[in-house]
Formats: sequence, structure tokens, C-alpha cells
Amino acid sequence: MTPVEITVLLPIIVLSGAAVLIMLVIAFYRHHLLTVVMTVVGLALALIAIGFVGPMLPVQSTPLLIVDGYAIFFMALIVAACLAVALMSYGYLCGREGHQEEYYVVLLLASVGAAVLVCSSHFASFFLGLEILGVSLYVLIGYPRRSALCIEAAVKYLILAATSDAFLLFGMALIYGQTGSLQFQRIAAVWANGNSAFLLAGTALLITGIGFKLSLVPFHMWTPDVYEGAAAPVAGFVATVSKGAVFALLLRYFMRANVGASAGLVTVLGIIALASMVVGNLLALLQNNLKRILAYSSIAHMGYLLVALLASGPLALAAAGYYLVAYFITILGAFGVITVFSGGERDTDLLEDYRGLGWKRPWLAGILAAMLLSLAGIPLTAGFIGKFYVLAAGVGSSLLILVLALVLTSVVGLFYYLRVIMTLYSLPTTAKGESVAALETPLAAGVVLFALTALLVWLGVYPTPLMRLIEITVARLS
Amino acid sequence: MTLVWLIIIPFVGAVFAWISARWSSRWPRWIAVSALAVDLVIALNLWVQYPAALAYAGRGPWIADFSYPWMPQLGIGFHLAMDGLSLLMVLLTVSLGIASVICSWTEIQERLGFFHFNLLAVLTGIIGVFLAVDLILFYFFWELMLVPMYFLIAVWGHENRAHAAIKFFIFTQFGGLLMLLAILGLYFVHGAGTGAYSFDYFELLNTPMTPVTSMWLMLGLFVAFAVKLPAVPFHPWLPDAHTEAPTAGSVILAGLLLKTGAYGFLRFVLPFFPESVEIFAPTAMILAVAGILYGAFLAFAQTDLKRLVAYTSVSHLGFVLLGVFDRNELGLQGAVMQMICHGFSTGALFILVGSLQERIHTRDMNRMGGLWSTAPTMGGIGLFFALASLGLPGLGNFVGEFLVLLGTYEKSVFITALAVVGLVLAAVYSLSMILRAFQGPKAEDWRIPDLSIRETALMGVMTAILIWLGLFPQPVLNTAADALKNLPTYTARAHTTSPEQEVRERDSVALETGIVPVTGFKRPDQRKQR
Repeated sequence: MTPVEITVLLPIIVLSGAAVLIMLVIAFYRHHLLTVVMTVVGLALALIAIGFVGPMLPVQSTPLLIVDGYAIFFMALIVAACLAVALMSYGYLCGREGHQEEYYVVLLLASVGAAVLVCSSHFASFFLGLEILGVSLYVLIGYPRRSALCIEAAVKYLILAATSDAFLLFGMALIYGQTGSLQFQRIAAVWANGNSAFLLAGTALLITGIGFKLSLVPFHMWTPDVYEGAAAPVAGFVATVSKGAVFALLLRYFMRANVGASAGLVTVLGIIALASMVVGNLLALLQNNLKRILAYSSIAHMGYLLVALLASGPLALAAAGYYLVAYFITILGAFGVITVFSGGERDTDLLEDYRGLGWKRPWLAGILAAMLLSLAGIPLTAGFIGKFYVLAAGVGSSLLILVLALVLTSVVGLFYYLRVIMTLYSLPTTAKGESVAALETPLAAGVVLFALTALLVWLGVYPTPLMRLIEITVARLS
Repeated sequence: MTLVWLIIIPFVGAVFAWISARWSSRWPRWIAVSALAVDLVIALNLWVQYPAALAYAGRGPWIADFSYPWMPQLGIGFHLAMDGLSLLMVLLTVSLGIASVICSWTEIQERLGFFHFNLLAVLTGIIGVFLAVDLILFYFFWELMLVPMYFLIAVWGHENRAHAAIKFFIFTQFGGLLMLLAILGLYFVHGAGTGAYSFDYFELLNTPMTPVTSMWLMLGLFVAFAVKLPAVPFHPWLPDAHTEAPTAGSVILAGLLLKTGAYGFLRFVLPFFPESVEIFAPTAMILAVAGILYGAFLAFAQTDLKRLVAYTSVSHLGFVLLGVFDRNELGLQGAVMQMICHGFSTGALFILVGSLQERIHTRDMNRMGGLWSTAPTMGGIGLFFALASLGLPGLGNFVGEFLVLLGTYEKSVFITALAVVGLVLAAVYSLSMILRAFQGPKAEDWRIPDLSIRETALMGVMTAILIWLGLFPQPVLNTAADALKNLPTYTARAHTTSPEQEVRERDSVALETGIVPVTGFKRPDQRKQR
């Protein structure tokens, strides 16, 4: 390995270093605030490192990892999201009993896994990243271990994730058997030589495993239960960092291994996208729990993202990049508000408990409403530009059925987002709502939410700078 | 830059109105009125200078233009422009905006700041829609109107507000997304055909495309605008939304939001897809007549006064749709005239219903009757606007409907005959509305105060405007003429007829009707300059 090859891995090294350091510090001196500060400093250093390695790219560091603009962009996104989650968790965990420090170690480890995923160009690093992320998530989901709901969610996630990993490994093995290589790039050459049954079956199994992580229909069953059971900030983490990293990997694999060359797989992915949009939006209509609504809505949003993936080409890459950023901001903001509103043993997630909060807590409820409008793709929010971008990519590639489905299901989706907003602004409040309204907003979470909202509006009104950034990073992926 | 100010002023007013509610309940109202008054002055000034600006700009019918790159990567610009049509629409928007603030002076007592924020935000969106000439910017403003309108209905509406608000939002959003698809389709077709990817209105005019593509894209835009207009069968959201909204919301919905649909037809559908419009026009005209008759029948059947007025909108906007798809100058002028007069007459009726509801807390006509004796001013003004709405000659609505009928006569006598039946039905429902609410035996012994000075003054101004538009519509027709003349469908026709022939046609129309409906030839000097 040349020095450059090591230097470009600096962000990952910083993240891992921070995790190890904090673990050691906790062993000697247990202090919640100190741990949070160290975590935040670690994440900030990682962001600086990302800026530092930016000019050296792209570099293939060992056959396993490629650090290019694409990887760096998503790494920055993951680290920033992790920072937001860490800050929001502080106020949330302060009010709860038990040791809280290890939570941050696991959070950092999860972000290491996600960072490895977005720069992997090889099945080995792919699987390693996925497992680091996955194992951290089991712990994070089950972290408040006194609550039965949490334990249920964690066990459910563990079992299903392990099963999907098995599919994934089998798929990798089949592809290896056919191509003799674990590198994405090599696989493209085999596609070019015509269809092969092994390769097709292997990729189908891979899609099963990835579909589970992205909670695409029909692999989506775990999502609402896990979102409901996990602590609100963790649910936000699962929805953004975990899914975003896996999607970035899928996009890279799709482009690098030239999966688009196989008409059959494109059809399958198209059907999955269609099913995700339809099922996600329809099932969300039936929910009375805000976290479950967000879970089903995230299923639908992954369907929208798949439309961008299938559109392929530079415009599609840019669309996917922009959409993911908008989705990260929006979901983190929505779960952030739930986090702030959740003071008791159980998170405040019943829709009924949000009744009238629009008048009692105008700022927080206003932020939640803005996030929901962004999910619905209404102008002045980042979600609008994101949806516009995806539609543009879809129309540009003539994916007419998918685009029409996207439009029709968005209209369905509007219904449940509006229902939440309607609840926020109607009276009277419930008893739980009253107690929720009396909660104080922790400073860190307040700052994060304010920043997220400002970003949401900025990206919705003046998206040009981010578009340019995406153009020189994400869209350069070949 | 004037155009940007037209948009910025109400928006800044909206923010200040919201903030100022903390200190006093008076502030939001006054801030709203003054922001709109400033806008009105700007718009009136533009109108006064219109002929001079037209001669000066030298860009066809456009008198002002503002352009700034917004998302250059995708060919999206912050591009505003104004011609006579958008000028008239902005004037209508600002005037009705002021009326809607004044009419909610006593009706709205809760959450004043947020109310006026939403009110001004809707108006900002509407003004933006009328000025945007970049298609994505247009879509942006189009969607921007929705959220504040949704809040106006959902928070300050009547009994069934939640249902009505969601229905309104979902219908319009559905239309809006179809429109977005059509816009994107046009963008890519244009890009593939010419190599230039842009959402700019002027670039996209004359996009080369196959008849099939053109038809599909036209249909996408048609549905979006038909939902907003609303044309049968896309109208089910309208009666609910109009009925459940607070008075100011109803005024804006009926007076302005519906007009954005008609404006969309004039601005985008006709110029972009002349051939497809030619093919599709008979269908659209049948839908229009269906709307005229269906709206009138349903209006007659209502017992809820506000719902009745809501259904009359379906009927009146049918005339607008008819005029638009006549594709001749008479019809187009009539459509524009009808849009403006319907805004004032129906707006006034909604204000009247609102003030009645504020007094007797019901909209049920079975519980009214004989109100004239306790509130004679209200009764008299109600009768006036009912007459305006049925198209009494001498009032603005007559001019609009009559021009539309003339235009339609040129295309199809049968459809004209059916539409005329709509006029008869209008007399039936309008007069029966007055009969049931203000005359006849008293259903209950109401003792209500008559209209206050504020309300009487507002109604007086709107009355004066309608009489003016009915007796001397020429300034409005003049202003719209240049914009409408430049629609490709019209110019295509103009090429086939010689100038002398045109004048002859015009004279015969003038002879028969006593109105000089078209105006371009009044300023031959300017015509030569272009």
C-alpha cells in the first residue's frame, strides 16, 4: 500500500479511532457529557478528514476499497447524519436510566460500517461493512433494554437480518463461482458476454439481501415493527444512515457491474420499485402511529429511489444523490421532533398524542409539518426538488409506467402526511399530549432541528450549490 | 424588477403579519391591507403605463421581464414576464386580496397572525403563477398556493373542514403532478429535438413534436388545469372546499384559484399544442357545456346558500372553458372578461353569504326567508350580485358571457344553443336564491343588524366595478387584446383572413351587439412598430 492509499482512508481511520478511544475512556471514567463531546469531536474530525482527502481522489486503495468523489460524498452525508443523531440522542438518553455511554461507541461503529460500504468495490468489503453496520444496529435497536418493545424489535431485526445475510452470501458465492472474481468491475465483463444462469441467480439473491436492508417490498415486513420498537433517534439512524449506505452501494454495484445490461433484472427491480411505492403508501394509510407511518413512508421512498436507479445515466445519479440528501434531512428532522417529544418510558408515537401540539408547541410542530410536507414533495422544501429530480430522470429515460406509478402513489401518500398535519393543528389535546407539550427542548436537539429545517428550506429554494457538488462527485461515477 | 416586487411585497407582508400578531390583533389586518395596497398601486401604475410600455418593450405583447438563473444545470431560470393578460390577472388578484382581508375583519378572531400569513402567502403564490414564464417556476408557485390554502380551510373552516381541505389538496396535487410530468415530457422532447434543454416558456414555444406526443402532453396539462378550473368531471373538490372555507378562503378560491386554471389554458395549452387543441377542442367544448348545465342544475337543487354559490362557479367557469376553446378572439376576450367579472360577482356573493352566516350562524336557506325586511341593504346588494351572476345586460358578466357565446356561434351553433340554456338556468337559480333567502315568508324570526359601513363600502366598490365593466369594458379588452392576439391559434386564423375582411367582421359584430369587442385596430401605429 502506498502512503496515498492509506491517507485516503483517513476518514474511516478517524471514525474507528474515535470509537476505540471512547471505549477505553469509558472503561476508566464514565461520564455522559464527556462521551458525547468526544463523539462529536470525533465525527467533526472525520468531516475535516473528508475535506482533506477530497483533492487526492479518486484512489483505489487495495482491491477492496475505492475512495472516489462518490464515496466521499456519501461518507460526508453519513458522518453528518451520525452527528445529528448523536446530538439528538443526548437529550433523549439523559432522561433515561442505565448506562448511556456505550451507545455512542456503537453509533460510531455503525458509521464506520456505513462508510466502508459506500467505498467498497469488492464483495469482501461489502460484506464486512454490512456486518459492522448490522451488528451495531442490533445493539442500538435493543439499547434501552428494559422495554419489551425494544427487545422484540432487536430480535426481529437480528433474525431477519441474519437470514438476509445468508441470502447475500449465497448470492456472492454463486457470482464468484461464475466469474472467479469478487470485484464489481470484473463482473461487468461477464454480463457483456451474455446471460449466465449463475450470475443471474446470484444477483437475484443479492437483490433479496439488499432489498431487506432497504426494506423494499416484499422484504419490508420488519420495518414498521423495528421503527416502532427502537428509540426515536435510533429509528432515524436506521432509516437514514443504514438505508442510505446500502443504497449507495447498490447504485455503485448497479453501475459498475453493469446490471442494467440484464433486461430480466431490470424488470425485477422495476416490479420491486412499483410494489414498494404502492404497498408502502397504501399501508401507511392504515396506521395510527407516527413511527409506523414514517416506516411505511420510507418503504415508498425507497421505491422512488429505485426509479432513479433504474433510470441510469448521469442525471439519474444526480437525482439519486439529491434525493438521498433531501431524504436524510427530512427523516432526521421528523424523528428529531419525535425524539424531543418523547420524555416517558414509551416514545410519544401515537398520532392521537400529537393532537393540538401545533398550537401548544408551534416551533416543533411547525418543523414536523415542514418535514412531512417535504416527504410529500411540496415546494419550498428539499423534498420537492428531490422528487422533481427523480421524475425528471424517469421521464428522461422513458420509464413511463414507473413514473406514472410514482405520481399516483405520491397522491395517495399526500393523504397520510396531511392527516398528521391535520392532527397537529386540531383540538383538543389529549392528557399525554399535555404532558408532552410541557417537555423542554434540549439545547443540542433544538440546534440540530433548527439547522435541519434551515437546510430543508435552503435546498428547496436554492439547490444550485448542492447540485453542482453532486455533479462533480456522485454523477462522475462510471 | 417591478415584477419581483409584486411577489416579494405580499410575502414580506405575510411574515410581518404573522410576527406582529404577538403585539396586537390590529396589526396583522393593517399590515395585510397595506402590503396589498402597495401591490395594487404598483399594478395600477403598470396598467396606466401599459400602452407606452408596450410600444417601448418591443417584444410582442410583453411589457416587463425579469430573469435570473436559478438552477442552471437543469435549464431552470427564475423568469418572470408580464403581458396584458397577466397584468389583468394580477390586478384581479390584488383587488380581491384586499376584499378578502376586509371581509374577514370581524369573522376571524382566532390566530390572526397565522391567518393573515396564509392569506398573503396564497396571494403570493397566485401572483407568482400569473407572472412565471419558466415552467418549473410556474409549477413551483402552482404548488405553493396549495399549502396555505389548505391551512385556511383546515383551521378556520366550517364544520366539515378536515374532509374538504384534504379533498381539495389531493385533487389539485394529482393534477399538479400530471402537469409536472407533461412539463418534463415537453422538456425532453424539446431537448431531443433542438439540443437545448430548457424550461423557459419562450424556448418551449414551437417545440417540434409528433402529433401523438403533442396530444399526450396536452392532455397532461389539460387535466391539471381542468381540475383547478374546474371542468366536469374534475370538479368534486370544489363544492366542499368552497363551502367549508372561511369567507376569505372562498373569495380567493372562487375569485382567483379557479382563474389560475383558465390562465393555464390561455398561457400554455393553446400556444404549446395548437394542433392537438384543434383536435381536442370539440371534446373540451362539450365538457364546458356539460359543466355549464350541470353546475346550474346542481346550484338550483342546493339548500345550503354557500354551496349554491359554489355550484354557480362550476357553471360560470364552463363559459370560460368554452371561450378558451373557441380559439377565436371573441371567445378568448369573452373568457378573460368572464374570469374577471366572475371574480368580483362571485366574490361579492361569498362575502355576502359570509356576513349573513356571521349574523344568523346558518347557511341553510330553509331557515331563512324574509330577511329583506330586517336587512334591506343586504337584500338589495344580494339582488344586485344575483342579477350580475345571471348575466343582466349592463353588468360585466353579460359582456363576458355574450362574447363567449358569439365566439362559440362561429364554431358550433348547437353548442351555443345548449350554452344559452345555461343562461336561462342561471336566471332560475339566481332569482330563486334571492327568493328563498331574502323574500317570502320568514322561516324564523331573525333580528339581525344590517351591513356595517365597512361591508357596505366594500360591496359598493365591487358594485361599481361590475357596472363599469358592464358599461365600458374597453380598457380591459384593450389590455388583453395584444396578449391574446399572439396566441398561435389566433394568429394562424388571422393569416387566413385578409385585414379588410377582419375589419368587416368586426364591424358587423359591432353593429349587431353595440359592443366593440376587439381592439387591436384601435392603435394601428403600435401595430406597425412591431
